[in-house]
Parts: sequence; C-alpha cells; structure tokens
Amino acid sequence: MKTLFDKIWDAHVVTTVKDGPSQLYIDRHLCHEVTSPQAFSGLRERGLKVFRPDQTLLTADHNIPTMGQEKPIQDEVSRFQVETLARNAREFGLTYYGLKNSKNGIVHVIGPENGFTQPGMTIVCGDSHTSTHGAFGAIAFGIGTSEVEMVLSSQCILQTRPKTMRINFEGKLGEGVSSKDMALYMIWQLTTGGATGYFVEYAGEAVRNLSMEQRMTLCNLSIEMGARGGLIAPDETTYNYIKEREFAPKGERWDEAMAYWSTLRSDDGAIFDKEVTFDVSQIKPMITYGTNPGMGMPIDGSIPKMEDIDETGKISFEKSLKYMGFEPGQKLEGKSIDYVFLGSCTNGRIEDFRVFTDYVKGKKKADNVIAWLVPGSWQVRKQIEAEGLDKILEEAGFELRQPGCSACLAMNDDKIPAGKYAVSTSNRNFEGRQGPGARTILASPLVAAAAAVNGKVTNPIA
Amino acid sequence: MEKFNTITSTYVPLPIENVDTDQIIPARFLKATTREGFGDNLFADWRYNKDGSPKTEFILNNPTYSGEILVAGKNFGSGSSREHAAWAIGGYGFKVVVSSFFADIFRNNALNNGILPVIVSDSFLAELFESVASNPKTTLTVNLEEQFIRNNANGKTEQFEINPYKKDCLLKGLDDIDYLLSNKDKIEEYEKNRPFVY
Ligand code: SF4
Repeated sequence: MKTLFDKIWDAHVVTTVKDGPSQLYIDRHLCHEVTSPQAFSGLRERGLKVFRPDQTLLTADHNIPTMGQEKPIQDEVSRFQVETLARNAREFGLTYYGLKNSKNGIVHVIGPENGFTQPGMTIVCGDSHTSTHGAFGAIAFGIGTSEVEMVLSSQCILQTRPKTMRINFEGKLGEGVSSKDMALYMIWQLTTGGATGYFVEYAGEAVRNLSMEQRMTLCNLSIEMGARGGLIAPDETTYNYIKEREFAPKGERWDEAMAYWSTLRSDDGAIFDKEVTFDVSQIKPMITYGTNPGMGMPIDGSIPKMEDIDETGKISFEKSLKYMGFEPGQKLEGKSIDYVFLGSCTNGRIEDFRVFTDYVKGKKKADNVIAWLVPGSWQVRKQIEAEGLDKILEEAGFELRQPGCSACLAMNDDKIPAGKYAVSTSNRNFEGRQGPGARTILASPLVAAAAAVNGKVTNPIA
Repeated sequence: MEKFNTITSTYVPLPIENVDTDQIIPARFLKATTREGFGDNLFADWRYNKDGSPKTEFILNNPTYSGEILVAGKNFGSGSSREHAAWAIGGYGFKVVVSSFFADIFRNNALNNGILPVIVSDSFLAELFESVASNPKTTLTVNLEEQFIRNNANGKTEQFEINPYKKDCLLKGLDDIDYLLSNKDKIEEYEKNRPFVY
C-alpha cells in the first residue's frame, strides 16, 4: 500500500547512498536567469556538458521589465543577467523562451501551458514555487543553484526522502471563495513551518472539484507552510488540460501515458506520516495582515491581540505589525490601500484574469489605487485579448502589462514604494518582498478586484 | 569546498523567528552572475539605511558581537530557494548557523556550501541568547565529528543530528556533484529500465 508520493519517488530512485540521501532522477528541469548563471559557470569550470539537454527548458521572467519589452532592458546589470541566460542556452544547446518569444512567461506558468509538466514526473527548478507543478500529480520542488548544476550535469540530485502528509479538503466552497483562500486558510491554521520536512498530498471533494488553474494555485502555496512540495492525484481534469499541448504525448504514446497515469493515486489504506482535514464550507475570503503568509485571517476578522501570541513569538509579532503599521486587535475591512497587484505564478493565469475582470466589469478603478495587472505568460495575455477581457479592463480604467514575475519579488522596476499598502495576489508578504518598505496584503484575485474598485480592503461577497 | 573542522567562536545573536530569505538577501541583490560579494548585502534592509549608512541598532553593526556562528530564532531561512542566502551568510564569514528549526531548502543550500546548520532544542537556544546577553564574548563550540554543540558559558552540551553522508562530505570537503559524476553508468542503466519514459 503506497501513497501517490511513494509511487512517484520510488520510480525515480537511481540508487541510495549508504546511510544517506537517495539519488533521484529528474524528468524535467526549468531554469531562469536569476538562479542559474553560477550553475552554468560551474559546468564550464569542470569542463562538463549538459547531460540531457532535452529535459531542460529556459525562460526569462524574474528580472525583466513588464513594459517596453521590445526595447533593450534599461538596467545594465539586469540586461547582462538575461543575456547570460541566452548565451548559456546557445552554448549548452538548450531550448530558451526569451523576451519577445511568444512562449515566454513565468517559469511555473509556461511549464504547464506547454505540456512540459505531466503526471508522474519529477520536476525541479531553482525557484521554490516549483511546487505549482504538483497540481498535475508530479513530484515538483524548488532547488538551490548547486542543485541546478547537479541536474544539468547528471539529470539527478541527492535528496533525503521527506515525510508525507495528506490534507483533505472536504465539503463545498462558498461563493467567492477560491483555492487561494483555501491555501491562506491552511497556512494560517498550520503556520509557515507547519509542513516543513513533509511532502503534501491534497485530496478530498473540494480539491477534486477545482480546475487545473485553481489546483496550481493551491500547490503553489505549499512551500509557504514549509512543505517541500504539494501534489494532487491526476484525473480527468488533469488529462483534459494536458491533451494536445505542445509537449504532451500524442497518438499511441498518449494511450501508454494514460495507462500509466491512471495508476498514480494513493492506495486505499496507504499510511501518511500526518493527516489533516479541513471543512471548506468554513472558509471565507482570506487576507494577511503580517509579514509571513501564516499571518492570515478571514477578511472580516481582526488581528490577534498581544495576549493571544506565544511568549517566544511576541518580538516577531510586534516587529511585524510595526512594519505593517497595524495594531493588535485591529480590523482591516475598510482600510484604505494604494496598490493592487494581479499576477505571479500563484494567480497570473487566465482564470484569475477572468475572475478579476468579471468583478470590475462596468465599475471603475478607484482613483487612489495604482493597479498592476501582469499576465503570467504571453499565452495568457493572448487569451485575455482573445476573450476581450482587455477591453473590459480598459473601460474600467485598468491597463494590462507584459508578462513576468514583476511585483511578486520586485527585482525589476515594479516596486511598491515604502510605506504603501498593496493588495497582492502573489505569494509572499515578507518585509521588503515587493520593494523596500512595501506593505503587502495577500489575497485572491476576487479580493484584489474588490480592493481595486473600492480603494480599500473590501469583502467581495458582503 | 573547504573542509569543516571543530569551531569554537563567539557568536552573533539574532533572536527573531521566521527570518526569511528575503531578509537574508533581498531580491534586488540577486542580479549578480557570480557567487561572490553577497556577504556585503547580508540582511541589507535591516543593516543599512536608504543612503547606505549602517543602522546602528542592527546587531551586525554592533562591534560588541562578532564570530563565525550566527544564532537565530526558530524557523530560519523560510521562503525562497535562492542559494544566494547561503552565499551571503558564508560570504559574511559565518560557518555555522544555530536555530531550533530550519526551512528545508535553506538547510540543503547551506550544506552544499560548507555551512553547517545546527538544530538545537528551544531551551538550549533560549539559553544561548541569555548567555550572550550577559557576556557578548562568551563562546560556543561546534564539533561536527562528534556531533555536539557546547555553550561554553554554562558548559551545557547538546547532540545534534546530521545525515551521515552530508557529515562525511563536510568533513572531507567533497560535494554532491563529485558523487553524481562518479555514478554516470548507474544513471544510464536507470534510464534504460524505468517504468515510464517521458
Ligand atoms: S512569480 Fe514570484 S514566486 Fe513565481 S516564479 Fe516569479 S518570483 Fe517566483
């Protein structure tokens, strides 16, 4: 009796180091400009080639502008970093979706949308939100640059087997509640370190009912509770999404794949090291008030009081609220905000734009709000245009930018100014994450839309 | 990689929980294409004012505290997979980070760069903060071979866990790539016999 995780892991163990980690074979490797240059230099220093060039895909996303991509990148250091990636792609014979390529976009958006991501795979990338790909029933996790070098040179890395946890989401989601809210609720309940050392499987009725996009959002946020990754057993929803995409198996290969993929689920009676169940009907639209994603609450809730915080956590709690400019016990509904960011590998997909657009349709952006709407990829942006969403957004006073990570990590010019409040659909509200001094309130695309038209934290379903 | 030996050193206390990688090294410093120079920007937003002058209240700017060991609050290194965080810590001169809990990726990245993450109990950690508060020159001994850490202020020791393979790598100064490259035939063998070929 095996868990889904066990099945995929066991199928990828090349060998096990005595008293040590497993040598894990990697099916797919995604690379971007920020965490790879030192790995390629390492290969060069050791005189090595890329071992399996077909299994690595490169894109530029973290450190690129989201306006004027047709022009050379202004910032010299950033330009050099992106050019270095292009050069490495050429030198080592790798596929690269650079700027101006119609397939360019955020690494965790383009993997799935091109069918590069498939069930049963092991997938790694030098970015912690690689957990996103777990939505397809893959073992996908973020790695460091030394590990990027290992994968490039041997298609393997050494990993200690994590423990397994199953999180069951039972019941039906309420109106206006999305998988982003499920995730923020779960991290709030389990804390940011609550799943450290574990690989999580998401299961239950509410998970089965999620679309692929929504599943990706949930798996994406696994890392925010410390998990190595999160995965969901593949089903019809998964197969329908993958079929016919560029890298998807075709013809007879598709049938073979389906035969294999249909075995990818946890056996009845499989034992997990830990199991948690949530009733999703209890979940309301969520926001965060602090400086880690575990500091969340229902949108109509209040910030905890000082006496509710553990003794050892008091210093950090105070520091966090001071940074955010909030008081213990405060309610945030009605709090005026300055910026809205719709985008990132968490919520930068077509469905996220549909939800946002649907809410703002026929309304107007609030004058006090600057909104950055950043599609996760060029394919997402094209789809937005094909569905006419751009027109609706424009009428409501919004402008669409070009794809990239943008204000999710603020490496480019998309920085929230110090002291300003941003309602953001991204994944991290760390101090300075969206720019030095920036104050981030994490939320779903729907909550972001409500904030954008009302100029303040607003319950979209009230 | 440099070999890791026993260290006895004064230490720098950072009694903050959930120190994330964006604090260790903010994203705007990730534009470099080499591994060097990150130490100067370790904890940049806590350490420097906007104009680049040091914030006097931050611990790294306080000459009273120094050493090759950083002692930090629970859940150190959560967040991004950026190995730049480990490079910044190593580049600054830390060889050991002590906490009661580490995020997984940070721990791996540290080990891959010859930095030893030592996990201690909450009470041991609390005592370390107390010891250094009463005497900034107090020291800690970290013995990798025998896997113990000693608070030299009160003589208390605690054993710590480390994977035997990783321990061996650190002691010998070897890295995983050396191991993987010596293993190519096994990888090719695996590729021929896998349950499903992507
Ligand atoms: S959008 Fe944010 S989390 Fe996602 S890959 Fe880019 S930087 Fe990482």
